[in-house]
Amino acid sequence: MESILQFFYTNKEAIFIIALTIFLGLEVISNVPSVLHTPLMSGANAISGVIIIGGIILVGHADLANLGDASNLVNLILGIFALLFGTLNVIGGFVVTDRMLEMFKKKKK
Amino acid sequence: MDALNITNGDIILEFIYLLSALFFVAGLKLLSNPESARRGNLWAATGMIMAMIATMILHRDGHGNSIQGGNLVIILVAIAFGGVIGAVIARRIKMTAMPQLVSFFNATGGAASALVALIEYSNPENQSAIVTILGLVIGSIAFSGSMIAYGKLNGNIRDIFVKWMTYVNLVILASVIFLIIFILTSGMPAESKQILVYVLLAIALIYGVSFVMPIGGADMPVVISLLNSLTGIAAAMGGFIYQNQAMILGGIFVGAAGMILTILMCRAMNRSLINVIIGAFGGGGAAVDREKGVVKEISATDLAVMLNYSSRVVIVPGYGLAVAQAQHTCSELDQLLEANGVEVKYAIHPVAGRMPGHMNVLLAEADVPYEKLIEMDEINPDMPKTDVAVVIGANDVVNPAALDDPSSPIYGMPIIKVHEAKNVIVMKRGMGKGYAAIENYLFYADNTRMFFGSAKDSLQKLVNEIKAL
Repeated sequence: MESILQFFYTNKEAIFIIALTIFLGLEVISNVPSVLHTPLMSGANAISGVIIIGGIILVGHADLANLGDASNLVNLILGIFALLFGTLNVIGGFVVTDRMLEMFKKKKK
Repeated sequence: MDALNITNGDIILEFIYLLSALFFVAGLKLLSNPESARRGNLWAATGMIMAMIATMILHRDGHGNSIQGGNLVIILVAIAFGGVIGAVIARRIKMTAMPQLVSFFNATGGAASALVALIEYSNPENQSAIVTILGLVIGSIAFSGSMIAYGKLNGNIRDIFVKWMTYVNLVILASVIFLIIFILTSGMPAESKQILVYVLLAIALIYGVSFVMPIGGADMPVVISLLNSLTGIAAAMGGFIYQNQAMILGGIFVGAAGMILTILMCRAMNRSLINVIIGAFGGGGAAVDREKGVVKEISATDLAVMLNYSSRVVIVPGYGLAVAQAQHTCSELDQLLEANGVEVKYAIHPVAGRMPGHMNVLLAEADVPYEKLIEMDEINPDMPKTDVAVVIGANDVVNPAALDDPSSPIYGMPIIKVHEAKNVIVMKRGMGKGYAAIENYLFYADNTRMFFGSAKDSLQKLVNEIKAL
């Protein structure tokens, strides 16, 4: 219990951001025409690839001089996979969303 | 970071994160309007690229070290590799495979979040065990759940629903929650905890599989959207680990957006989210046995004449259209009719198909202008003025039992009121029931004619007949 209260206190700014962001999310998304549900979902999906920043930080600060240490090496490899998956999510997501929207666009006379 | 001197680089980095977060929000806002949608996607992508580049150049770890050249090379190679694969898949894939592709990309995002959390858990400098564990669990569920959804949409995995699975799922979920609390609160040594974390990872992966497994058919849009929301939340947990506002904001924003979309989908079926996850369909049982009447078929020639001499035709597409990949033939029929002076519109039910907005993407691929796609609430008042409503591969979303039969499992679900049109044509492969496995009295109505066959063949026959008129 204490650790949860502690967590709340140390992260109070972030928790404020979350509370407001949730409202913002609801506000921005309600009233979206169903025509756009798929591209919207796909675009949002690409944004959730923002975890790639975590991958960059992990691999970026991995200790390359000390790869003989097994856990170090494993972490580096897992980190590279995180980067790969994250990039797939981000690039694939944005590209496929663009492709869908391009289809919607080209029929406009 | 606080203990170190704050450099200009740190300030610039935070400023760029702020900008990226704003780009994400503005991008999604623009994405919610057809005119600006493409620009919105570009904005969000720009925000992402800015954050990525800034992190590579400016990020410093807890000891003030920047990212070194060797590490940077690895990062760039990994990104180039993943980026090329992602872009090629996204460009090459057939438009009809869109639902599974979205699921697949969602799975990769969940996997990335789970991996980041797994690595960070063993990092002694990481103080936030709660978010790390939550990121691991949510990311894993999103990953394995999305992979199952991918398999289902791709046709590799069948829907399996057995009653006891609901209870098994509850047990698995309960053990996930128990393990989370145990790991966070017990005072056992770090090495033993690390093992428990692996166990937790395994159970979370299993839960993702077992929770998506029984869900299928018309409930797919809800699940896809829910999994999407989970990936966002998992990314936000990663943001907490690094105290990174762009990640937190982006993740939560996507999580909230996904959640609202999920709720919209549920509302479109008049069911609660819990109801979808537990899977209450199939138990309907004691529906009133009404006077069925006779099924009346129509020949291709008669139908061609009927359509050609109507003034208003409304097409109601469903999953059957997507399965038969008949969207191009459908568009051809539409163009032929329009050329002969018939007004053709499409009525889109919010949960038609297998992902939110599935029919829109499908028809857009076949060059149907989006102005012709009319949402359910907008087209329903025009139904009595419609000469012919053509239902192609849809079933439950046009079942009038939803309006007037309180014993029906779909009672209360808003439907497209095709039964109010002067004539109704139902294109179907046979007299099989829809996903909800309930009788559709529309098929026996006086103003309904059935046109049996796979959607593509039926439409092709029709096109040929109209050309021959």
